[in-house]
Amino acid sequence: MKIREITGLPDITTLVPPQTPEQEISGGYASDLLSCVMARAGAGNIWVTLQTHPNVVAVASLLDLAGVIITECADIAKIDAATIEKARTENVALFATPLTTFTIVARLARAGVPGIDEG
Amino acid sequence: MTAIPEITRVQELIYELKIEQVMSRPVITVTPDTRIDQLKEILRINRISGVPVVQDNRLVGVISIEDLIKALERGEMQATVGEKMSRQVITVSAHDSVVEAVKRFEEHGIGRLPVLDSNGQLVGILTSGDITRGLLHAIGLGYHQEEIRRYRASHIFEDISSDRTSLILCYHIPAQELQKAGEASSKIKKALYRLGAQPGFARRVAIAAYEAEMNLIIHTLHGGDLIAEIHPDKVRLLAMDDGPGIPDIEQAMQPGFSTAPDWIRDLGFGAGMGLLNIKRCSDQMMLDSQVGVGTRLEVLFYLKEEGVLGDRAPSTS
Repeated sequence: MKIREITGLPDITTLVPPQTPEQEISGGYASDLLSCVMARAGAGNIWVTLQTHPNVVAVASLLDLAGVIITECADIAKIDAATIEKARTENVALFATPLTTFTIVARLARAGVPGIDEG
Repeated sequence: MTAIPEITRVQELIYELKIEQVMSRPVITVTPDTRIDQLKEILRINRISGVPVVQDNRLVGVISIEDLIKALERGEMQATVGEKMSRQVITVSAHDSVVEAVKRFEEHGIGRLPVLDSNGQLVGILTSGDITRGLLHAIGLGYHQEEIRRYRASHIFEDISSDRTSLILCYHIPAQELQKAGEASSKIKKALYRLGAQPGFARRVAIAAYEAEMNLIIHTLHGGDLIAEIHPDKVRLLAMDDGPGIPDIEQAMQPGFSTAPDWIRDLGFGAGMGLLNIKRCSDQMMLDSQVGVGTRLEVLFYLKEEGVLGDRAPSTS
């Protein structure tokens, strides 16, 4: 699955579009603990999380993730403006959805995105 | 949501570049008395398709190859330029940006623009070819400069001769300022890239730097210093603070052990993995702490090949 295809998924709002839309997503990782993400997620992964604060972007940028999907976000206006701004300056693709993490992960898996331990 | 339209380097350049930087000079001119058959020779020899007409140092018209063809069709080769030229001359100023010329070309569908200085004197001539050449040159120049900058940065350790050369990046990390978390580690990562480090190596250092930065923000009384020493063969990361200190280092190294307050945990931090992450990413980690004095964390990352900032893939990828 290419990162640009996330944009086309139902119920997903693109907050910051990907800079490299043709990049292939190397895998998926879901966690709300940033240290777990730091430990496990790798370059080119898509990260699914509830967290919305700007450090999400810092972590995604440091790891060279393909993008971040923020879940259970019924109102994108409630996302910290600093988070979106930081994502824009750090070139981190950022998406939001009102759906839960489980639903999004299941959809990504159906679309062919493997978990990091599936290879 | 729509993306902010990206401004290309060319769009930027047509505003940056001045007409005088791209125009052709000296200008080949004719006078109103020049005969059409002489004009034909001037155009042919110089391989140009039009010329400004100047009389007494003043621009009085332009004449193009189209005017010449018309005169040729009518058998008026002995007529003068003054009779056949266009007197409505659209000009540009030498100090204007190239974008002004682009606008005029589009608006009037003309092939060339005489360029005047601030005194109204003809100083050059501009065709769309001049603009293309000027842009290509400017882009090439920028690219070349960037290449040189990259080269110089990645060869800094070879170019500077000493018994021991290192680049030291110091950052003061204030306590509790979670909004700024990750800034120092991001800068360290960028500096490593600038110096030609491979992504895997830079990421490894960045992860450790981030965890050390978070520890200074979350756990210290007054923040601390994060220092990255970049050597030709290794990177040394130091995080130092003046308290409160870790009572039991062995316990602090246990997976999941955390003393982070609830508000930090709510944000997804304080999972008790920071030190483990640092250890996992690094080649060597040394942690000294004394309660009431402070903590000193030293982390080493070795570069694979001696003297070269090379790649060493992180265990995560």
